[in-house]
Amino acid sequence: MNQQPRLTALLSTALAALVLASALMAAAWLGDAPQQMHFDARLAPPGSNYWFGTDALGRDMAARTLAGLTLSFWVGSSAALLGTLIALSMALLAMLGPRWDALVSLAIDTLLSVPHLLLLLMIAFALGGGTQAVIIAVALSHWPSLARVLRAELLHIRHAPYVQISQALGKPRRFIVRHHWIPQVLPHCLVGALLLFPHAVLHEAALSFLGVGLSADQPAIGVLLGESMRHVSGGDWWLGVFPGAGLLLMVLCIQRLGETLRRAWST
Amino acid sequence: MLKVEHLSLQLPYYANWWRRCWAEVLRDVSLEIHPGEVHAVVGASGAGKSLLAHALLGLLPAPCRQTGRLHFQGQPLTAARQRQLRGRDLALIPQSLNALDPLVRNQRQVSWAAQRAGHTPASARDTATQALDHYQLNAGAQQAFPHQLSGGMARRVLTAMAHVSRAQLIIADEPSVGLDPQQRDRVLNALAALARGEGKAVLLITHDLRHALPIAQRVTIMRQGRCVETAPAAAFQGEGSGLNTDYAQALWQALPDNQFGNPLTSTDEQAQNVA
Amino acid sequence: MPVIRLLSVRLLRIALVLLCVAGLTFGLMLASPIDPIDAYLGPQIAQAGAEQRALIAERWGFDQPPLLQFGHWLRQLLSGNLGWSHVYNQPVNEVIAQRFQRSLALLGLAWLLSTLLGFGLGLLAGMREPAKPTHSTLDRVISGYAYLTASTPAFWLAMLGLLLFSVTLGWTPVCCAGPSGSLSDEVSLATRLHHLALPVATLTLLSTAPITLHTRARLRSLMHSPVATQAFAQGASRRDVAWRHGARHACLPAITLACASLGELFGGVMLIEQVFAYPGLGRATVEAALRSDIPLLMAIALFTALLVSLGNATADGLYRLIDPRLRAQAP
Repeated sequence: MNQQPRLTALLSTALAALVLASALMAAAWLGDAPQQMHFDARLAPPGSNYWFGTDALGRDMAARTLAGLTLSFWVGSSAALLGTLIALSMALLAMLGPRWDALVSLAIDTLLSVPHLLLLLMIAFALGGGTQAVIIAVALSHWPSLARVLRAELLHIRHAPYVQISQALGKPRRFIVRHHWIPQVLPHCLVGALLLFPHAVLHEAALSFLGVGLSADQPAIGVLLGESMRHVSGGDWWLGVFPGAGLLLMVLCIQRLGETLRRAWST
Repeated sequence: MLKVEHLSLQLPYYANWWRRCWAEVLRDVSLEIHPGEVHAVVGASGAGKSLLAHALLGLLPAPCRQTGRLHFQGQPLTAARQRQLRGRDLALIPQSLNALDPLVRNQRQVSWAAQRAGHTPASARDTATQALDHYQLNAGAQQAFPHQLSGGMARRVLTAMAHVSRAQLIIADEPSVGLDPQQRDRVLNALAALARGEGKAVLLITHDLRHALPIAQRVTIMRQGRCVETAPAAAFQGEGSGLNTDYAQALWQALPDNQFGNPLTSTDEQAQNVA
Repeated sequence: MPVIRLLSVRLLRIALVLLCVAGLTFGLMLASPIDPIDAYLGPQIAQAGAEQRALIAERWGFDQPPLLQFGHWLRQLLSGNLGWSHVYNQPVNEVIAQRFQRSLALLGLAWLLSTLLGFGLGLLAGMREPAKPTHSTLDRVISGYAYLTASTPAFWLAMLGLLLFSVTLGWTPVCCAGPSGSLSDEVSLATRLHHLALPVATLTLLSTAPITLHTRARLRSLMHSPVATQAFAQGASRRDVAWRHGARHACLPAITLACASLGELFGGVMLIEQVFAYPGLGRATVEAALRSDIPLLMAIALFTALLVSLGNATADGLYRLIDPRLRAQAP
């Protein structure tokens, strides 16, 4: 609390960028290690050779976890980005007139009234599964909450006295959008995208876990955890613990970053 | 009764992304309040009056630097003692009407104040009703929620809260702000009556010299965090030649017409003039 | 009567939203690559020839334009016929009724526990005097816990619980709502609770975080408000302010959030039931999606949408009922 919030935000952004960059570099460095099978070491517990153990086919869990995190990150971030874009365009659409506004509100209410995971399940089901389907499904089911915030913000700006004064002074629409709308809405978009990311990643993993998301031959975290469920009763704990912990750490990082940035902008 | 010696206060702010600076908001403030008097602190907005009030009660937000000495009834007023005395010997009438909890009925809030001052729940309720009756709030207003009251009524509820605490020193922060003349005089007279009790005193904080002079015995003028001058109320008369500093004189001479009497009679006269 | 007007407007809105949900699910199912005739046939797919397929298409209107099909489905829905679930070989109504009973225990218990726990923890964590410069240890622990569980995958935690308590320690059963092979009528309450314990605990643990963080934020902003300053000036203790003023101010948003989080909670139920093989509505949903049981999936979507909408409406209604400032206003 004693620190300047913007400085904290800067530092944590740098730290998160560093962690992410190293994770992504690791994936490139791994090559085909996640798929490589070691026939002499099937279901090996964690040890000096295999830090996170191996799975039933003798594949190194450390490599698979890292690869899974990278995959989750890309799927999650593209979904969050797409979701933010949809939310922004929907919020702008709502500004066109009261009818559009009512329509957008109805769409938001409709999508929010179906449980997230169920909606995801249905969209992924309709699109037939696969990476693209998961990204689209996550984006389509996650935009409403952000769109609601952006819509309220835009409404607030439009009716704000300083914008009305600008209009009365005869400023062109371009000026108002450039100087009043964008500076207000852009931070919300950025933070919204960052805070969408944890949801997107967690839901992607859940979807893959249920078997509707990414295909089973990809080393996604959800797929890894789904596999490990089959070995739970055998007590092979390392199959599930490490991928989940990795996902938890990544999500926690991004979430804290989003919260810090939001606090820095709001003070 | 209360003695403030060389009180200085600094609050943090950020000059840029990494450097924290300290803004000196109170600078070497000294004043003394005697029993039985209304002591007014007058200054423009931003002179540090409210901060002074909060510093006396130990209610300042965390990151602040405070130096100087406070004495209450002859003993040093430490943070622990402030905590102990708040609500019992020291009471605050806050500036903002938002200090009333919007979700709690007025009478209940006052009785909570009484409980915090040491009453049992049962006696607190009676005390609260009596105090509110004393400030002419009828049963309907007592059972209402704060948002249903007018500004003057809300002010009187806040005054009743200070009243039930039977505090020896009541610090009233801008009690006259936003009120029409009649309501204002009622509140100010109530404060003057509180100070007349034995061994009691009122610290009246206001931005308007005209509100302070009718009831105050002594006036401290503040400007930009400093005490400019402390003078008896009687010094404010004529050309203000009894005042030592230019700022106090300027403040006095800037008033529209320095005619003062009892505030009630003055407003009555105004009303008659209009009629 | 403003109350009646408000109520009817609300109900109309819910009906409209449900209609949209029905349209949405119907559109999604229509867009899916699953052939509706295959889905209708289910496991008997190999036994039907081209002629029989045509008959089925005619009987259920699969060859008609989408809008007519939707109208047909809606009419069936309103007459109480939700279709036949080929996964469970039962009418959809019965599947939902049976499964929801089991899920309700899980959902209701976890909902109640997480709301109470979250509110209590949020109050404890947010109870900080503005004059104190640092966060309390309690606050650090509680908010750390909340942030941690907010980013934990639900199914992973469930799996860890299963590994620790069921497989390693053997305290709780590994699966299902009762001992395998026994009919649901014969299972005693104690056994049921024993089977419920771990799923409920996991779900509660995971869904406390939003309410905790929200209550904490509310309380902290209240602690800096004039109301709290006034209370402190009257000599109130931290606990006094948190309880008398804080709980009052924070309970409304907490209730609202709890009602509005039913949808999220149902997502958790789906995952947790999958991990614990608990035969409830969540597992039925996953089964329906995996095995293309379209009537069941659509019915569940509508049913949960009704549940969530009612939750939202309740939250809104409670807000108006409790806050004296809103109570006086006409809606």
